[in-house]
Amino acid sequence: MKKLVLIISLAIVAISCGEKKEKKAVSETTTLEGTIKVDGSSTVFPVTEAVAEEFRAVQPDVKVTIGVSGTGGGFKKFSRGETNISNASRPIKDKEIAACQENNISYLELEVAYDGLAVLVNPENDWVDNFTVEELKKIWEPAAQGVIMKWNQIRPEWPNEEIHLFGPGVASGTYDYFTEAIVGKSGSSRGDFTASEDDHVLVQGIVGDKYALGFFGLAYYAENKDKLTLIGVNNGEEVVKPTLETVSNGTYRPLSRPLFIYVNSTSVKSPEVVEFVNFYLDNATELSEDVGYIPLPSELYTKQKESFKAFVETNKK
Amino acid sequence: MRKIKELLIEKSLLSSALITIAVTFGIISVLAIEAFQFFNEVSILDFFTDTQWTPLFTDKHYGILPLLSGTLLTSFIAISVALPVGLSISIYLSEYAPTSFRKTVKPLLELLAAVPTVVYGFFALIVVTPFLQQFIPNLSGFNSLSAGIVMGIMIIPFVSSISEDALYAVPKELREASYGMGATKLQTAFQVVVPAASSGIIVSIILAISRAIGETMIVAIAAGQQPRLTLDPTVPVETITAYIVQVSLGDVQHGSIEYKTIFAAGITLFVFTFLLNTLSYRIRKKYQEKYE
Repeated sequence: MKKLVLIISLAIVAISCGEKKEKKAVSETTTLEGTIKVDGSSTVFPVTEAVAEEFRAVQPDVKVTIGVSGTGGGFKKFSRGETNISNASRPIKDKEIAACQENNISYLELEVAYDGLAVLVNPENDWVDNFTVEELKKIWEPAAQGVIMKWNQIRPEWPNEEIHLFGPGVASGTYDYFTEAIVGKSGSSRGDFTASEDDHVLVQGIVGDKYALGFFGLAYYAENKDKLTLIGVNNGEEVVKPTLETVSNGTYRPLSRPLFIYVNSTSVKSPEVVEFVNFYLDNATELSEDVGYIPLPSELYTKQKESFKAFVETNKK
Repeated sequence: MRKIKELLIEKSLLSSALITIAVTFGIISVLAIEAFQFFNEVSILDFFTDTQWTPLFTDKHYGILPLLSGTLLTSFIAISVALPVGLSISIYLSEYAPTSFRKTVKPLLELLAAVPTVVYGFFALIVVTPFLQQFIPNLSGFNSLSAGIVMGIMIIPFVSSISEDALYAVPKELREASYGMGATKLQTAFQVVVPAASSGIIVSIILAISRAIGETMIVAIAAGQQPRLTLDPTVPVETITAYIVQVSLGDVQHGSIEYKTIFAAGITLFVFTFLLNTLSYRIRKKYQEKYE
């Protein structure tokens, strides 16, 4: 018995060591220290935070602080040189580029993941095959509360039945993003729907209800493909369903977007920042999926790594 | 030496009693303080008259009625299931069943109360709801009907066990007098024994209601999380307890108004169960020794 326990614990130790080594193998062996300041979008925050957490295991002496001032607020600090890396859920604007130039700050833009949202109904729902953005807005905006209650209020040919809505709770970034993309203002929606931070509750709710309509992160839909019907969204030109492809090429609008980090050129003189960004790109596939986003195709990560390498070379001197 | 030992035991017994009371008062005061702060910001009139409960959203409404209706609706369904079933069981066990049968079945019934409520919740969501959907096609995946029915099953032992004790305690003379008047067994059971034991039966029902109102897991899992002022048992609703669970699991900022809503909801719930428990205590006290 004792032997068995010993063997098992040895095995566990061996396995856990192996895991650590694997991650270490990605980086190199010298220990670094210092502080990396990150700020910006709260949407990118979960990915960066996950990366920072893993990074801590590899480089325990490097402190990574991550703020959530929003993309715009993040760029403000970035252009003043107060941060090393800026999280952004949209590309940098001309105004912000100008601010950076004024302060002699050059940077590199890196895509780290895609954020996509799925709009879903019950498989028995045979009347909906697409939504326009306006229809989604009509359903979810605050003014719909207690008013838009039936399917036929959206399109007259749809059934005269109550519509049952399911969506992520207000604490989730998914909710913020959906409301921003559809209603136009982040955090603004009706309140009379089943709101849960637990995606499983939403899946169960839509699975069991013919008149349900809901949305959540595309990653979670992928796990429940057979139980739910994915609805395409009309982006103004065509009806597009979210797939890895339509999300990555940007045709699934407005419910998908690339997520970026911006790296300050002077910061890459510090080895810990270089290390962190490389670690980020190496682990983004796995970690972005963990937090519910869609990873870039792996060749894109390789490409980004190359451009980052070149960026480091030119700015090292 | 012996005296010291006795004293020690006595004091430790006393302190356990005091701890219980202290904890209760602690809970009540925390509830009251936070709820008081809540009512500083939200008028108590709105709280009881507004028909919408959306404290987490843009268009904020703080009407407890939708949560209250969800709670009362699920509890009502539960009682409609538990009362007839529980009462029939108790009458059968006390008036008809042979003693040996009674002795085996009663503990088995009480096992129902030992099933973890989270198991009941998933039973309602995964088994009962799909089953009911075969008969009621419009039934939502989350609904108060299936949650209420399963909750009713859960509280059957509360009704049956306590009522059975009350029925069994009715003196034999009453039954014999009834038979002596030529009454049948059925007439005796329903017209003599049940009325004689009515206080015990009422107490059992009140305790069961209070249990149903406070029940959390079953409704949080199976009844949905959408506050809705309705009496329709086929659509998702949210009970007070389910709301408290939902908010405490999300990351609502400590000290914010959203955070305080759970205390306002909690104290409403507490007042309800407290009144019911007091009522049952009073009834028991009043009628306890009627036949002794």
